[in-house]
Amino acid sequence: MTMTATAQFDADWHRHRSARRRSTWAWTLTLSALVLLTAWGSDFFTVTQISRADGTRTEAWILAAGIGRLGEFLDQMWPVLRWNSLGHDIANWFWGIGLWLRLLLETVQMAFAATLLGGACGFLLSFPAARNLAPNPVVLWIARRAAEIARTVPELVFALIFVFAFGVGPLAGMLAIALHTTGATAKLISEANENIDMRTVDGIRAAGGRWSDQIRLGVVPQVLPNIMSYSLLRFEINIRSSSIIGYVGAGGLGQEFRTAMSYQEYPDVLALFVITLATIAVIDFLSEKLRHRVIKPEPHHA
Amino acid sequence: MQPGTLTLTGLTRRFGGKTAVDNVSLTIPQGQFVAVIGRSGAGKSTLLRLINRLTEPTEGEIRFDGRVVSALRGRALRQWRRDCAMIFQQFNLVERLNVLTNVLIGRIAYHGPLSSLLLRFSDAERAEAVRALERLDLLGQALQRAGTLSGGQQQRVAIAKSLLQRPRVMLADEPIASLDPANASRVMDELARINRQDGLTVLVNLHTLDTARAYADRIIAMRDGRVYFDGTPRQLTPDVVRDIYGIDNTRFDPAVTSTALNRRAPVPV
Repeated sequence: MTMTATAQFDADWHRHRSARRRSTWAWTLTLSALVLLTAWGSDFFTVTQISRADGTRTEAWILAAGIGRLGEFLDQMWPVLRWNSLGHDIANWFWGIGLWLRLLLETVQMAFAATLLGGACGFLLSFPAARNLAPNPVVLWIARRAAEIARTVPELVFALIFVFAFGVGPLAGMLAIALHTTGATAKLISEANENIDMRTVDGIRAAGGRWSDQIRLGVVPQVLPNIMSYSLLRFEINIRSSSIIGYVGAGGLGQEFRTAMSYQEYPDVLALFVITLATIAVIDFLSEKLRHRVIKPEPHHA
Repeated sequence: MQPGTLTLTGLTRRFGGKTAVDNVSLTIPQGQFVAVIGRSGAGKSTLLRLINRLTEPTEGEIRFDGRVVSALRGRALRQWRRDCAMIFQQFNLVERLNVLTNVLIGRIAYHGPLSSLLLRFSDAERAEAVRALERLDLLGQALQRAGTLSGGQQQRVAIAKSLLQRPRVMLADEPIASLDPANASRVMDELARINRQDGLTVLVNLHTLDTARAYADRIIAMRDGRVYFDGTPRQLTPDVVRDIYGIDNTRFDPAVTSTALNRRAPVPV
């Protein structure tokens, strides 16, 4: 009896192991093929013509040909800075600081408003969009498709539409980012909702709670830390978005990036870069501190 | 018919091809203490969940006080669930909220949607919650998060919450299966007290035969979704027990399944 059981396990084990090996190989080959194909589709293997210093033309792999131009760009971005007139040179470099700081403030305001608005809408949408909580399949389908559309259309496209509708300015950008945030938050929190302990919801249902009570008492306390933590993370992401969305006229620092690029004022681009980077770094740092505090459980009151 | 009688007629619930509860008909008079026993998967939990409509019946009818509760919808259904309180093996509290709020959740069916969204309860309700917590020796933990309490304490919070529903029937789905013997006795004593003092009908799913014998007026045994035995503890002979659990007659000792500290009668009232 024991012998046959062992022999059976042996046979099962061999079959199990060879099946696993086959699937590992299949995955490796498929992935490699996909990587090569998509790289080719992205012009990774393209050979391009370049001009040499003596004026003759030659062929070179696109990456090798272009990598030097990156250095060229960096070189052109670098401002004139001399030791004996450093203060003056820096002031010169940041000549537009007044306007830039105003636009930076606008950028942060847009991101903040968009996070609040989009976060609130996404939070509300996350309950009908959760498989285990939706009151019926129709509501589930509608909520999911709405979140999908809001999430998958890029912010820049929404921004273009809103600039057309509401004119150039931060309102368009804020709405565009808020809409994207709604979709992303709804998706993420609906997944958190699907992973909750449903027994708590049963406890509310058994006491005669309606759908909104089940959500408020059975679900929200369980996902609240996720929501707070994700909102802060989303704020960080939205700061990045709002600093570039002005490129299409939707408010914030982005418009200055565009102006500087189109006038080929590359040191201005670097200055804007420095300002943006510093702001993002500070906000990321603060938000992460806050997030860690949120994740820790805290007492509630009746 | 006596007021407060619970009647099940041909109650059936199928999950896909599996029949969890198969054509169960029972009449339970007001104030009876009923223990439901049977193997895991015999349909005990589904039966209880059918009664307070957490699970929808496939066929059959549930009546209470002559009213067909198996057809209720919306507000009337929520009021039936309120009248038919339930406690669970895993307590099913909101672990991140404090004990007092968890007890006040028992009042949820008495509130409109907005006041329950804001967790706004009246002073009278808070006072009632405090009395319930005092009765269950939990006043000291009232402002602690429910999740930080021991299993026995959490089950008592669940009982306090169900008392605030002011129910007429009390369902308990294996209330002591996750508890140590001392806490198990405490919870069973409390159910007995609710039964005797407040006159509530109590239906308890149990795994432990001696507990069922010690507390119940009536024992219902289920096997494969059907009622296999329905009688007094005295009528539940060893032969019947062997049949219920489907085990051979030489290797069964009821004491092995015991969770009681010692066999004792329910608290005198």
